[in-house]
Amino acid sequence: MKRIIVGAHYGLRDWLAQRVTALVMLAYTLVLVLALPRGELTYTAWKTMFAHEWMRFATFLFAASILIHAWIGVRNIWMDYCKHTGLRLALEIATILWLVGCAGWAMQILWRI
Amino acid sequence: MPDLTAKKRRPLWFNLSPLNLPIPGLVSISHRVSGALLFLGLIWFLFLLDMSLGSEAGFARFQAYVAHPVVKIPMLVFLWAYLHHLCAGVRHLLLDIGKGVDLATARMSAFAVFIAGLALTAFIGAKLW
Repeated sequence: MKRIIVGAHYGLRDWLAQRVTALVMLAYTLVLVLALPRGELTYTAWKTMFAHEWMRFATFLFAASILIHAWIGVRNIWMDYCKHTGLRLALEIATILWLVGCAGWAMQILWRI
Repeated sequence: MPDLTAKKRRPLWFNLSPLNLPIPGLVSISHRVSGALLFLGLIWFLFLLDMSLGSEAGFARFQAYVAHPVVKIPMLVFLWAYLHHLCAGVRHLLLDIGKGVDLATARMSAFAVFIAGLALTAFIGAKLW
């Protein structure tokens, strides 16, 4: 029998991950708005905001959430519109590498402060 | 004997283009488009964050950079994409827990997502400008 392999058992996990990461990012957005320095934005105030340990923790969670959320979302786009299996696989791999690279850069930016 | 291989033909793709999209459908596709846009803009955002947090001089360069109209306009587009995606996401989460599933409310909330996304962009954009 000819089988078309599309993978299995990641539906619910990804569905849930998409929603949990969405809530994390929503919470972070609200925290960021509250934590933003009031008045004229200076380098010191901007830097101090991201230098707090709790803020670094929150920003790390935000970055990790983007990584997972964007992976699921972009993969769904490839699955919907890219019908060529080989090309889709290549795009999916490129997406993962790109996102992991971006997350690495984000960590470097935050921990350098 | 039924054809068992037919059941395995997944995923399925339907051509829905002949249908006119109702407003909840417009929220759905713009949710996807704004998400894709944010994915593409991620690297630019990191570039800006890196520049602004790197050094005092970098921060000054960042301020001059984002003050330029050629930079501001795409920044506003990304701001809209973020806020619209966020609003559409909140609506999606509410639908998930069974809030506003009836047609009239779903249409109204879809409309509200577009208005809220644009209004928030205008508000924050005006503050940042």
